[in-house]
Amino acid sequence: MSALIHALAFGGGFVIMSLELLGGRVLAPYFGGSIYVWGSIITVFMASLALGYLLGGRWSLRSPSLGRFGGIFLAGAVLLYPLVYFGEPAMIWIFEAIEDPRYGSLAASMLLFVCPTLMLGMISPYAVRLAITTAEESGNIAGRLYFVSTTGSALGTLGTSFYFVLWWEINTILGLLTAALLLMGAAALAANWMRRPSRTR
Amino acid sequence: MSQFGPLMLGLVLLHSVSVAPRAWGETIHRERSLYQTVLVSKRGHLLCLQFSQRRNHRLQSCRDERHRQRLALTYTKMMMSALLLNPAPGRILIVGLGGGSLPMALAALYPQASIDVVEIDRAVVEAARRYFGFQEDAGLKVHVQDARVFTRRTSGDGPAYDLIMLDAFGADYIPEHLMTQEFLQEAKALLREGGVLAANTFASSKLYDHESVTYHEVFGPFLHLRSAQSGNRIILAARSPLPSLMTLSSRAAELAEALDPYGVNIQNYPARLTSKVDWDTEARILTDQYAPANLLKER
Repeated sequence: MSALIHALAFGGGFVIMSLELLGGRVLAPYFGGSIYVWGSIITVFMASLALGYLLGGRWSLRSPSLGRFGGIFLAGAVLLYPLVYFGEPAMIWIFEAIEDPRYGSLAASMLLFVCPTLMLGMISPYAVRLAITTAEESGNIAGRLYFVSTTGSALGTLGTSFYFVLWWEINTILGLLTAALLLMGAAALAANWMRRPSRTR
Repeated sequence: MSQFGPLMLGLVLLHSVSVAPRAWGETIHRERSLYQTVLVSKRGHLLCLQFSQRRNHRLQSCRDERHRQRLALTYTKMMMSALLLNPAPGRILIVGLGGGSLPMALAALYPQASIDVVEIDRAVVEAARRYFGFQEDAGLKVHVQDARVFTRRTSGDGPAYDLIMLDAFGADYIPEHLMTQEFLQEAKALLREGGVLAANTFASSKLYDHESVTYHEVFGPFLHLRSAQSGNRIILAARSPLPSLMTLSSRAAELAEALDPYGVNIQNYPARLTSKVDWDTEARILTDQYAPANLLKER
């Protein structure tokens, strides 16, 4: 159970940074490769993650369960995949509406990435809540979860920038990330279902 | 004398080893900009702009202090071969300013022409003004902007240019969104009838195949020209069918005198320009979805 939570925290970290890196590629055809395009993306990801941490922590107060934890992943997948379809028209619309490429890229990053990133940000605090059983070990477990999720982020960054973009199209990678989130969500739901009899004792 | 041979060779090797990693000449100006290291250095009569201090640096732009009008680098001369496809461009777009030698030469050659230069890095524009005598005027304007954003904004006005020069690819970094099918389609849509796009790009690596199939997909057959020494490759792609060798040669003869002061021996080029397909036609086309140009260049 603890191993599963750690694995899911790792996967969440992986998907977040892979998505952030793809963000630059998604925006470049409309807003270029200037430094403020990366600035917009990083700003939006940081702000969305911050909000996600807050909401994830809040949500963990109400009867936390592996099932609900899995729900975060499924919701993340549902919010992520539409990028493939509405990304282009959204960017065309913003490009027409906002002349200044700084605010254009900021608006586009917000429209495209706030929802999935916010949802994925909820993973970390929720995982901490599920993994901790006593106050003494709370720091140790939180540290370990940060360790695996940030390691996942590091590998997501490396894998995407070194290999994935060389092998696959951006939309294919977005599809794979979505599939990974669905799988992780399903794994959490399955584990929750199998644990159910023992929980009633 | 002969016993000094090995010693001399040793000294020469030692010298090249100790000197090579440093700047190419005497450093005049060095600046870390938002995008790169902008380095102005001088060696003998040559004043040059570089964007990297690595050993395999590529000089971006040079000016010969004795002959300021003359284009000093081979690739800039090769870029002028675009004039063989359109000998009288009225509106010109240049992507990548460098030291400004190409825009200045074109502005002097075609005083009536209106020239837009798009450069992403303000530090490059300032270095060009300060060290290379680059000046804007009514007909020559610089836009500090990403080229993709500029072409998109301009595309609403319809075909606007007779000549587009793409000189934005450094040895260390390629802006990948300027080497995709979609970008080339946007650039092609900006060309007027008879317009030509000239790109300064690379003659080797896996990228050669991918870039070639991408240009071919958008423009159909195109002309290209390679420099044996510098590793540069110039691609000339046109909106209209390519002219015959005879047309190219007669245009070269007409342009020869005007281009002579710039050190461009234009009459060399018609025979060197080829439309030969010498790449792997099965290579994957570069698109906005698939654009790992920098990774492919290392292969």
